[in-house]
Amino acid sequence: MTKKTTSTKKPEVAGYNARQAPINAKLGHDELLGLYRDMVRIRRFEERCLRSYQQGKIGGFLHLYIGQESIAVGCVSVMGKNDHIITAYRDHGHALAVGMGMNEMMAENYGKYTGCSKGKGGSMHYFDPSRNFWGGHGIVGGQIPLGTGLAYALKYKGLKGAALAFMGDGAVNQGAVHESYNLAALWSLPVIFVIENNGYSMGTSQERSSAGPSLAQRAEGYGMNWDIVENGHDVLEVRDKVAAALKLAHEKSLPSVLEIRTYRYRGHSVADPDTTYRDKKEIEEYKSTKDPLMVCQSALLAEKVLTEELIAKIDEAARAEAENSAQFAEASPYPTVEDIKKDVYWEIDNPADRKSEGALFFD
Amino acid sequence: MPVITYREALRAAMSEEIERDPNVLLMGEEVAQFNGAYKISEGMLAKYGPKRIVDTPISEAGFIGMGVGAAMLGLRPVMELMFFSFYSVAFDQIFNNAANIRYMSGGLINCPIVIRGPANGGTNVGATHSHTPESIAAYHPGIKVVVPSNAYDAKGLMKSAIRDNDPVMFMENTILYGESMEVPDGEYLVPLGKANVLREGTDLSIIGHGRAIQMALKAADLLKEKHNINAEVVDLRSIRPLDEETILNSVKKTNRALYVEESKPFCSVGAMVACIISDKAFDYLDAPVKRLTSIDAPAIYSPPLEKLQLPTVERIYQAALETLK
Ligand SMILES: Cc1ncc(C[n+]2csc(CCOP(=O)(O)OP(=O)(O)O)c2C)c(N)n1
Ligand SMILES: [Mg+2]
Repeated sequence: MTKKTTSTKKPEVAGYNARQAPINAKLGHDELLGLYRDMVRIRRFEERCLRSYQQGKIGGFLHLYIGQESIAVGCVSVMGKNDHIITAYRDHGHALAVGMGMNEMMAENYGKYTGCSKGKGGSMHYFDPSRNFWGGHGIVGGQIPLGTGLAYALKYKGLKGAALAFMGDGAVNQGAVHESYNLAALWSLPVIFVIENNGYSMGTSQERSSAGPSLAQRAEGYGMNWDIVENGHDVLEVRDKVAAALKLAHEKSLPSVLEIRTYRYRGHSVADPDTTYRDKKEIEEYKSTKDPLMVCQSALLAEKVLTEELIAKIDEAARAEAENSAQFAEASPYPTVEDIKKDVYWEIDNPADRKSEGALFFD
Repeated sequence: MPVITYREALRAAMSEEIERDPNVLLMGEEVAQFNGAYKISEGMLAKYGPKRIVDTPISEAGFIGMGVGAAMLGLRPVMELMFFSFYSVAFDQIFNNAANIRYMSGGLINCPIVIRGPANGGTNVGATHSHTPESIAAYHPGIKVVVPSNAYDAKGLMKSAIRDNDPVMFMENTILYGESMEVPDGEYLVPLGKANVLREGTDLSIIGHGRAIQMALKAADLLKEKHNINAEVVDLRSIRPLDEETILNSVKKTNRALYVEESKPFCSVGAMVACIISDKAFDYLDAPVKRLTSIDAPAIYSPPLEKLQLPTVERIYQAALETLK
């Protein structure tokens, strides 16, 4: 009756060095630079978003990923052709990592028609199915069943791929997340539940919201593999651990829960306070010792992959790219009132292929 | 009389009830230590302590359902949804459990829970956070629905809702939270089910609820100014129970009706009210009952477009003129 729990939590091997892990050992200069560059691009893009928000160009919420860049970049860098990704509202990093452009992202934030969702979704709701990126979701935990469904479809179609379903440390307490865990384990679905544990859900610390010894370990109740990435700020360690989970998904169609420890620098959304519930020192300490960009930068400087010159060049290029995106967004048109009722029904957008009859709108 | 905001009115109502009745408590995400996402409960943890002001994890189905169970045993929980939109995560707990428990137990059980939070568009938070489910909630027998449009009503209705022995869904509005008005000091109640004639008139009844009715007042000013039209403005305040009498009396006087609301048109509160009017005051009507709602699509993010998707003073004004044609 009892199913044996196969915990794959690796004891921290003494002298573990993420750089020497097989997935990383073979990385060439260009690939290493690519990882660094992508993190810088995310940082600069979001800093530019913040300025636009402060200028009143962006409405609603703006959830910044600053401090967590190593996770999206690390995870996406080991994804293959048939691997898919879905996340919550803190989605800028994942979007840039999969290759979406700053222009369409910034324009979306501005609510412009040239935005990736034509100004209809906003910052929380980016999508790019052509890059296997399924959003961008505003309801905490609501994307996790969808990620499980992506894995279901992959398995159904016989594709050797996996779904990476991202959530925060607060989202793990939604019922839908637990139901998804059970479905994934019961039916051996190739899904990796990635918990980006930045310690807080809005103003609530993990200790005040979640019972149990660790978030990832809840997987044991479902007989699911799990692991913790202690050094989530290290893009190479993220790569190593995600690659292992992907391998399980690809080769054995097994799900995993991966908890990645990280930190967010800004308030939950940028209009929210950031130090009423945590110590300013805590933020400063993380920034000065574990900043994902700085950690990567020093490692690559030591390896002579990066030079001071190159650092400046990458930074400048990222700033220019972000600045251009703001100009692009500014110059772009808004959707029209007529656009409000487009993209609601497939059949209305494709009238030649409409099969149903009757009224679909009522105003 | 002191001038207070809608936000302060809600806080005062909950505080007074917490002080009056040891079974009243406030529970929800970030309501205690963070002082509330929209600061409705600011200072309440410090004043009433963690037994009465309770932070929850992000588990709407779990904690709303827990509130229903606790209410069955005599507590009077006030449950905050950070956005009312998240009610759908707890849909089963509200509409299967809270709504039906009395009926299915043959009247043995009642459920004095209040589920409250902001249900409105207009703040560019996108489709998932901008639901206005008053008609969806009111559809369910067993559930009561209240939508205050100003600070005075917010306080009086909240106190009544907390004392009510049935489940009440109390829908607020983030845009109104900062609006202030004169509110009497100390205790008063606004009963559920009593509409409020905000402005008397003879030519047309503009009926509605929530923030839209505040816009209707401005539209009524324009109608008077530009066309010397006297519009009566009726704020329902409570959707279920519904004050049919005030609606019908108004329409019988003016012979024309326009319903304004922020919801989508299909099966909206306005659709229900139009049906009641045509059932019970058909012979008094000089024109079909007209409705003005949001444009029938999910809430668009784009800030300038969202403004246009929702009712505006201009659109209400135009709709009123059409009703008078
Ligand atoms: C169902 C639901 N409840 C509440 C919210 C409001 N809310 C948005 S994000 C958030 C905190 C989530 O924290 P976490 O899962 O740790 O993710 P993080 O923001 O840290 O990335 C809350 C309470 C929501 N969007 N959806
Ligand atoms: Mg978090």
